[in-house]
Amino acid sequence: MTLNEVQDSIVDDFSLFDDWMDRYQQLIELGKDLPPIDEKKRTDQYLIKGCQSKVWLDADLVDGKVQFTADSDAIITKGIVSLLIKVLTNRTPQEILDADLYFIDKIGLKENLSPTRSNGLVAMVKQMRMYALAFQAKGNNA
Amino acid sequence: MSSFSSKIADIRKDFPILSREVYGKPLVYFDNGATTQKPKVVLDTIEKFYNSINANIHRGVHKLSAESTEEYEKAREVIREFLNAEKTSEIIFTSGTTASINLVAFSFGEVFVKSGDEVIVTEMEHHSNIVPWQLLCERKGANLKVLPFDENGELKVDMLESLITPKTRILSVTHVSNTLGTVNPIKQIIEIAHRHNVPVLIDGAQGVKHGIIDVQDLDADFYAFSGHKIYGPTGIGVLYGKEKWLNQMVPWQGGGDMIATVSFAKTTFNELPFKFEAGTANYIGAAGLAAAINYYKSVGIEQATAYETELLNYATKKLLEIDGLRIIGTTTDKASIISFILKDIHPYDTGMILDKMGIAVRTGNHCTQPVIDHFEIDGTVRASLAFYNTYEEVDRLVEGVAKVKEMFG
Repeated sequence: MTLNEVQDSIVDDFSLFDDWMDRYQQLIELGKDLPPIDEKKRTDQYLIKGCQSKVWLDADLVDGKVQFTADSDAIITKGIVSLLIKVLTNRTPQEILDADLYFIDKIGLKENLSPTRSNGLVAMVKQMRMYALAFQAKGNNA
Repeated sequence: MSSFSSKIADIRKDFPILSREVYGKPLVYFDNGATTQKPKVVLDTIEKFYNSINANIHRGVHKLSAESTEEYEKAREVIREFLNAEKTSEIIFTSGTTASINLVAFSFGEVFVKSGDEVIVTEMEHHSNIVPWQLLCERKGANLKVLPFDENGELKVDMLESLITPKTRILSVTHVSNTLGTVNPIKQIIEIAHRHNVPVLIDGAQGVKHGIIDVQDLDADFYAFSGHKIYGPTGIGVLYGKEKWLNQMVPWQGGGDMIATVSFAKTTFNELPFKFEAGTANYIGAAGLAAAINYYKSVGIEQATAYETELLNYATKKLLEIDGLRIIGTTTDKASIISFILKDIHPYDTGMILDKMGIAVRTGNHCTQPVIDHFEIDGTVRASLAFYNTYEEVDRLVEGVAKVKEMFG
């Protein structure tokens, strides 16, 4: 699936829920299902500090594709982290840099990715793009 | 229930924002510790001021400027009476509690604090009553000492005397903890400090809306508060200071209005309180604050506080019926602030779901990281109530929290 196909399938999944409570219930389940990040990576080095919830993020480049692992101490945040990983992991750096993350808005969770909510998610997306940029720069230099 | 609760429906009509909806549900506003809502009379005062009086104060030869100045000084008198200060010259308008504390930390610190001296704060202070003193201590090479609190969130006042030494220059303590709700025995604390000639600053950000304040009875040296936390506008605050201290302190900021004469050789400063009010004052904010205080008085300060306590007790009882809920801050003398955590559920998650239900609470560390560290938790969910809140709203909070438990269970 292309990156946008993954986004569209998430939008499809969430379209089954007509009220906010079901959508959040789904996020909670996604959050619970996302495997926790390696305990060794639950450190300041990988921490993206939101004022409210913490997010840990790491990335590797494997065969030209970026593999993200991430975690959060708050479950709703972790649910969104899980969706972002689903969309952005196993993509080339260029795909990540070009990505237009429209799914968040379409599934009615826009407020969670707003800079007015200090949950660390905006910073996390930024950091994911930074990783992509760094991997790309490294690739070009190689 | 008191007779006050029969007045709530009418009182709520005075606050336009309380009738709005969020996400299609009636707003339950339980974030009064962060800021309170404004009665219409405050909004009208501000609008009227801009529409019919507005002119810069203390400067003009013209009619509007005189009227504007008069309103500003009338506001100062309203504050003086509200705090029962002896003189209006002891009431300084600032932008808020933070500015008031910074003013003292600088202006008092410059004169009275030197290398090796000590400043005492407590473990339950808001960052605004920690950081200005840390900056002072760094500047002067002084030491910051901390009075701890116990598991209920009560200050260990019996330790205070042993913390004070001949090098202690000032003690700064909050009237009411914004995270724990604890009402500190400030009169007793001031009395102990004064026995050792240590002046005391009271951070009244939360305390100012909890009962009658009498700075002379308390014998407080400084009392700081913000207008927006007592139903007034943002951007206006007050520093009360005893004249004997204010006269000895150096100006904090230089500018217009705070000077007597200026030449390149020497500038002399204006008298109190203007010495500490550099630049164009927030005179319209001051008038708005005076309107808020007059409104608060007309509601009845003691009755409003008693009702808030009733509401607090009701909320505490109902919340504790929820299995796995723990209240942080369990002393007996509390203002209407309840911090709690739900077992295994992050405060941010709880706050997000409550928000979707139209219930505004605050989550996180509430700018009191040392308090959160003390309890070794990730933060709390804080519901802070005001006299316009109702029993029904408390029920909605309790139902909301029960729902959160169910969703994350």
